[in-house]
Amino acid sequence: MELLAFGKTGWGDELFYATLMTIAVSVSAMFIGFFFALIFTPFKLSKFKSLNLIGNFYTTIIRGVPELLVIYLFFFGGSGAIMYVASIFGYFEYIEINAFITGSMAIGIISGAYSTEVFRGAIQSIDKGQFEAAKVLGINKFTQFYKIILPQMLRLAIPNLSNVWQITLKDTSLISVTGLVEIMRQSYIAAGSTRDPLFFYCFAAILYLMLTYISMKIINRLEIKYNRGY
Amino acid sequence: MDFDLMFTSFPKLLGATVITLKLLSASLFFGLIIGLLFAILRLNKNIFINKFAYGYSYLFRGTPLLVQIFIIYFGLGQIEHLRSTFLWVILKEPYWCAIIAFTLNTGAYTSEILRSAFQTINPGIIEAGKSLGISNKIIFYKIQIPIAIRQSLPAYGNEIILMMKGTSLASTVTLMDLTGVAKYIISTTFKPIEVFIVAGGIYLFMTFIIHNVIKFLEKKYSFSQ
Repeated sequence: MELLAFGKTGWGDELFYATLMTIAVSVSAMFIGFFFALIFTPFKLSKFKSLNLIGNFYTTIIRGVPELLVIYLFFFGGSGAIMYVASIFGYFEYIEINAFITGSMAIGIISGAYSTEVFRGAIQSIDKGQFEAAKVLGINKFTQFYKIILPQMLRLAIPNLSNVWQITLKDTSLISVTGLVEIMRQSYIAAGSTRDPLFFYCFAAILYLMLTYISMKIINRLEIKYNRGY
Repeated sequence: MDFDLMFTSFPKLLGATVITLKLLSASLFFGLIIGLLFAILRLNKNIFINKFAYGYSYLFRGTPLLVQIFIIYFGLGQIEHLRSTFLWVILKEPYWCAIIAFTLNTGAYTSEILRSAFQTINPGIIEAGKSLGISNKIIFYKIQIPIAIRQSLPAYGNEIILMMKGTSLASTVTLMDLTGVAKYIISTTFKPIEVFIVAGGIYLFMTFIIHNVIKFLEKKYSFSQ
């Protein structure tokens, strides 16, 4: 137990901050994922073949390639890509992006592919009359999607989005390979310096279980809230 | 784009794919057995057996696969008693540790898939079997299991693809699987995009094959309505 003490003697405070880091990465990845999903869902549902192709390209590739490989791509290729873009604008200095941004971007793009599929499914299960009514009222496509379809869709999407959240939360453990100090990385450091890997990795497992349990409770509440009136 | 690198790294990555496939097939095989066992335990009326099976699936589905591999590979070696037993022969090899972790992980997901398949079987079918005087054992093996397998095929296909992606974590315990070799080539050549295209292409090809095999099986075993 003294291994978990707060302060200089134990690893309690370090693991506490690492847990906060895991939550921060998961939340920002989830929001980045929503951003991507909001772009690619209309693509996937579009009448145009070319937009369809782009949408399918994104979700198929990301869902068919291991998360770790995507993270390596971002970790090794991220700053190179940014420097390439910067060089077009005439900036040739070395740019280093920090592990938090790389990690959230990588996990965000992965979670975005899953969110896109969830949104697509939810939109397709919305009554066709809603689309027709919007059309009859002369509402343009953009307003129709963001003001009429999206709010209805969110209610239907919450149960599946909770799965995406669980996947995202667990995927953040993979960012430890880039050196970002979240639960897994901190446990690795602690295990290395105390030579007690069994204890620290089991403790990490407990922390993840706690996070998934708490988020389940919160999501259940949300579900009840958004199903009010149905 | 460095096409030379793509051509030279392709055979290396293809060689590493063999390890990925070995890990995948071994863990799916053992995982299916464990999954079936725990699905049956979940349906047991005894509350302790039931809770035990639920605890297993909750534990392995609620924690990242990476933690599970690290506990088995780095953690278990720390127990002194274990080192003197025959188990140590298995547990000191990263290959077997990875297979054990993947098996337990996919077993947990498989048990959930099979459980829900068993629970959605129309009770009328079982009653029909009973009224024909078929014994409970035969009802289970000849009626419930085939229907449950058919019901769970789409979800199990997803699980196979997830597991295939999961095998990439073997690279974190020094195994040189497809992702491990890809990472090695990336970190020596600093050409992440080229290697990603080749390695990602191989993974996508495997996903494509699995997807179509499952689709074929679904069609083959679909009920004639």
